[in-house]
Amino acid sequence: MSIIAARKDSAAAAQVEEKKAAASAAAPEGTTTAQPASADRPATRGQVDITNVRKSFGATEVLKGVSLSVPPGGVAVIVGPSGSGKSTLLRTINHLEKVDGGYITIDGELVGYEVRGNKLHELREKDILKQRTHIGMVFQSFNLFPHLTALENVIEAPIVAQKRSKAEARKRGLELLDRVGLKDRADAYPRQLSGGQQQRVAIARALALDPKILLFDEPTSALDPELVNEVLDVIRELAKSGTTLIVVTHEMGFARDVADTVVFMDQGQIVESGTPQDIFANPREERTRSFFSKVIEPAFNI
Amino acid sequence: MSAIAPPATAETAPPTPDYSDYQLVPARHPWRWVGTVLVAAGVAAIAWSLVTNPRWEWGVVAEWFTAQSVVNGLIETLKLTAISGVLGFVLGFILALMRLSSSPLLVSVSWTFSWIFRSTPLLVQLLLWYNLGYLYEKISLGIPFTDVRFFEAQTTTLISQFAAAVLGLTLNQAAYSAEIIRGGILSVDQGQLEAASALGIPAWKRSTRIVLPQAMRAILPNAFNEIIGLVKGTSIVYVLAYSELFYTVQVIYNRTQQVLPLLLVATLWYVVITSVLSVFQYYIERHFSKGALRTLPLTPLQKARKFFTTHVAASPTKDAR
Repeated sequence: MSIIAARKDSAAAAQVEEKKAAASAAAPEGTTTAQPASADRPATRGQVDITNVRKSFGATEVLKGVSLSVPPGGVAVIVGPSGSGKSTLLRTINHLEKVDGGYITIDGELVGYEVRGNKLHELREKDILKQRTHIGMVFQSFNLFPHLTALENVIEAPIVAQKRSKAEARKRGLELLDRVGLKDRADAYPRQLSGGQQQRVAIARALALDPKILLFDEPTSALDPELVNEVLDVIRELAKSGTTLIVVTHEMGFARDVADTVVFMDQGQIVESGTPQDIFANPREERTRSFFSKVIEPAFNI
Repeated sequence: MSAIAPPATAETAPPTPDYSDYQLVPARHPWRWVGTVLVAAGVAAIAWSLVTNPRWEWGVVAEWFTAQSVVNGLIETLKLTAISGVLGFVLGFILALMRLSSSPLLVSVSWTFSWIFRSTPLLVQLLLWYNLGYLYEKISLGIPFTDVRFFEAQTTTLISQFAAAVLGLTLNQAAYSAEIIRGGILSVDQGQLEAASALGIPAWKRSTRIVLPQAMRAILPNAFNEIIGLVKGTSIVYVLAYSELFYTVQVIYNRTQQVLPLLLVATLWYVVITSVLSVFQYYIERHFSKGALRTLPLTPLQKARKFFTTHVAASPTKDAR
């Protein structure tokens, strides 16, 4: 992959264009401008609307009124410094983290709450779990179940949460493992797999529930550098499948290639968002510029 | 060493001789042999004295080892162990879940239970349960955390020796196993629960299918310690004159005055039970180490098979090669 150069001053845009060409060459399917990622298959489901979401841990407010919309089949990549609230925002989308204010809807349906009168009542555990089956999540530390094989990891939720038959789940599970290139490792336990393989199994596991939306929480941060791409390639493929993707990552080259929308967060707020073009080449905000100047190595190409 | 090398060697290093035809001779360890001989002599001396000293009265041991009364006592011991062990761990599991719950009441009740039952001697607990009739003439209240079946089977007026023994051992065991199970659950990474709930797996299934199987690795060694302790711990119910193994041999030696041989009878049975449990422990732990180890170690049976296939059966093929 290539690491894209971006400079503080937008005058360097021409130079950036050059780098972009290099990026496209390195990743053939790479999309450098914002466009519906659903080019192959028009997406009709998976609209995510986050409205004025607030969240505090104790005295620290980690989300200070965040609003974001991702269209069906869209690919939103959230970037920003550590502690900016990226992961927390991601975790509110499947109600792993309860919001203190604001609300989130998926295809118009409230996440974690229902309207009764003029109040939002938190759903019962059972209903929340049901909502979560529409939202796949992939974690930084994989969180595969170590006592189950790769295939067993993938079919656990379809069997237990969706009550599918074991034979059907196995068939689908093997297809998914094939899709992430791990069909021959179906009977391996997570500890027998490399980090990149584990994360690919985790992606297959998230796909097994046939989710409308996939959330990726720094999926490559725990990987050795040479294993990063095998995971990113799988996510690139998914971006073309019509599933809505929301990805928190530090891989700027990947963000540039795959995102329709890049969202820059800092201190619990969205500083700015836009197409990769806008955000990387012509950031409006000073904070965005200074962040990218630190994380993106200037004029470095492979 | 020599900081200043003779200039001659620097210029023309002597050619290295060819050692490829030399035989390798391992280093000798004479003291290892001395130690081995000394220990072997000590073991032999102990074995010799066990066999030849007539005061061990092996004949008496053999005579009583499978006597009907001893076997009956053994069965009672096994029964007490099995019932109190199972009930103790079931109750311990519930107590552990209470302790880990987010309800302050459940947490403090569980904590207090463990505190009381771990702070008082088992002997006192047993005598208290047995004499409960003195404290409360009528047992109309259900006693918390007991298996109701016993009280249905017994008359409501008095707790039998058996019920008192089971009650005492179970509650005591529960207090200890609760801590063991809690420790096991805490040893499982929080991310596992998170991943399971992100996948929409219901809470009960998260506990039983995801957390417990992983917790078992931490729970099992301690749990078997407890069960083995319980096997021998049942001997304490002799204070209730309950005819388990230990009380039975006491009754016999009080009559025959063959104290040591009869204690040996009981001891040997405890050794047998513990040995059988250790075998179970090995295989159960092996089962739950699936996925935790990259490759499972061979079982003794597999090792034996491998030994025979490589050393015995394979020898002709070696010649063929």
